[in-house]
Amino acid sequence: MIAALERLRPVRRTRTTNARRRESLTAVGMATPAVVLLIVFLVVPVALAFALAFTDARLISPTPARFVGLRNFTQLFEDPVFYKSLRNTAYFAAVVVPLQAGLALVLALLVNARVRGVNFFRTVYFLPVVTSMVVVSLLWTFLYRQDGLVNHVISALTLGHVDGPDWLGNPDTAMPAIILMSVWQGVGFHMIIWLAGLQTIPAELYEAADLDGATRWHRFRHVTWPGLRATRTFVLVTITIAAFSLFTQIRVMTQGGPLDSTTTVVYQAVRTGYDQQQTAYAAAISLIFFVLVLTVSLVQRFLTREKD
Amino acid sequence: MTSVLKHLGGHVGRVVLALVFALPLVFMLVSSFKPDDQIFGDLGSLRAFLPVGALSLDNYTAVFERVPAAQFLLNSVLISSITVVLGIIVNSMAAFALSRMRWPGRKLVLTGIIATLIVPFETFALPLVWWVNQLPLLRVNGFHLEWTTGWMDTYQVQIVPFIANAFSIFFFHQYFQSIPKEIDEAAIVDGAGWFTIYRRIVMPLSGPAVATVAILTFLPAWNSYLWPLMVVQSENLRPVMVGISYFFQLNVGWGQIMAYSSMITVPILALFVAFQRSFVNSIASTGVKG
Repeated sequence: MIAALERLRPVRRTRTTNARRRESLTAVGMATPAVVLLIVFLVVPVALAFALAFTDARLISPTPARFVGLRNFTQLFEDPVFYKSLRNTAYFAAVVVPLQAGLALVLALLVNARVRGVNFFRTVYFLPVVTSMVVVSLLWTFLYRQDGLVNHVISALTLGHVDGPDWLGNPDTAMPAIILMSVWQGVGFHMIIWLAGLQTIPAELYEAADLDGATRWHRFRHVTWPGLRATRTFVLVTITIAAFSLFTQIRVMTQGGPLDSTTTVVYQAVRTGYDQQQTAYAAAISLIFFVLVLTVSLVQRFLTREKD
Repeated sequence: MTSVLKHLGGHVGRVVLALVFALPLVFMLVSSFKPDDQIFGDLGSLRAFLPVGALSLDNYTAVFERVPAAQFLLNSVLISSITVVLGIIVNSMAAFALSRMRWPGRKLVLTGIIATLIVPFETFALPLVWWVNQLPLLRVNGFHLEWTTGWMDTYQVQIVPFIANAFSIFFFHQYFQSIPKEIDEAAIVDGAGWFTIYRRIVMPLSGPAVATVAILTFLPAWNSYLWPLMVVQSENLRPVMVGISYFFQLNVGWGQIMAYSSMITVPILALFVAFQRSFVNSIASTGVKG
């Protein structure tokens, strides 16, 4: 429709219909590789996630996949581990999203100041983001041991009054430990995004607020916060999607344990789909995961929409 | 007086946080040079973060004896750099066509690409495994080529699916729009074709965007774990992160784990520190504004 309207616009004198046609051809040629790759390796697999969920496909199987209706879903809804995965995923996201978004904003405000060495701090806060989650998980598995560094620090800070738990071995502390580590790893990325948002706020607004004698809190409340509206949506949506996709930490640190206290939707999908080769069953889990992610991001977009 | 205190408060906060973010990594690097008993012995004191005691490269030599680390490193360098180079070409071309040229269907394609941004890789990783296993593959068999099925266990399965990237296209698109369009018209009057404008004018002006996309493509490629875990079985095709699983088994010294981890992390951190200024600035200026 829009394209059709554009074609109706008067053609500039320097451009003939022939040049127009050549422009379209070149453009389509330049866009084609990316579009084809996205279709083959993104659109088709997403469509397959829908289709395979209703079959009995296995990764390596001599017989072709057959349609089995809702069997995978009924099996899934009878699986108590699936409910635990859903609950753990929701728990992780519910804590990580506000914690990481908030801490990232604090970091961004700290490094948005015009002081010496601010670039150094930006870099340091970003280092864990650059570090692979596999390495981070392995490193923190060591730090979280009963006799590990974290407990030594806790003991030193409390002058020996508190002995930390076996963080990953205890069902009550395993998920909080993974949450803390995940925030440590990811917060620097969102700090940069907040920082980008902060730098789009015109300095005159702050000057005007200062002339009105605004306190720090008022400046934040009435200038900074409204100025970050668009950034807020982006940060919330990306952290939520990343939080729902929790997998690597679980695979490396706890394998879902102890007592299924850290198993997640994606971890369960990989375990059934890859380790047990049940492609169709994993596709059903993926499908539910997809619907979940889509719903939550749409709700978030609705709640944080521009209200003017 | 109070402003001095506030200034100081902010600085103390920055320093404490810097320690929180840096010390675990410092611990990893320092421990990689220590024997296991000393790593545990140092945990109770600040020595845990200091290169003191019986330092040696023993852990590193042990790592090379235990796993084909050189092969893993080579694979990762190869896979990541090819993905980055092809990604920059393919995505910037698409972004150029979408942001600077007029053609029917342009808006629809752009909307479609942005819509895919919301789909996390994890939701279709497993169907994708099944799917790449059905794709045709041209293999060299002795002295002749033959068609087979299934991309499992190849280099290309670790590269091709990650070349096109909706975020990179979006990022280039934003950047290209900030370059004045009058340049194109002037070049066309001078007789340049569209591809020449892309290659000779727009791309050379887009250094910061190219650097950012390069970093944002390189990092996930280098750090990728789930995907190669599922599609690569042969040891000689494995990337570095999968190589880590060799250390999950029992009876491996923590010093060796720290050595391998440092080896695959520290060079990347150093590269990042070298390029971070243009990276951070270009994200901040191009604006990921939702």
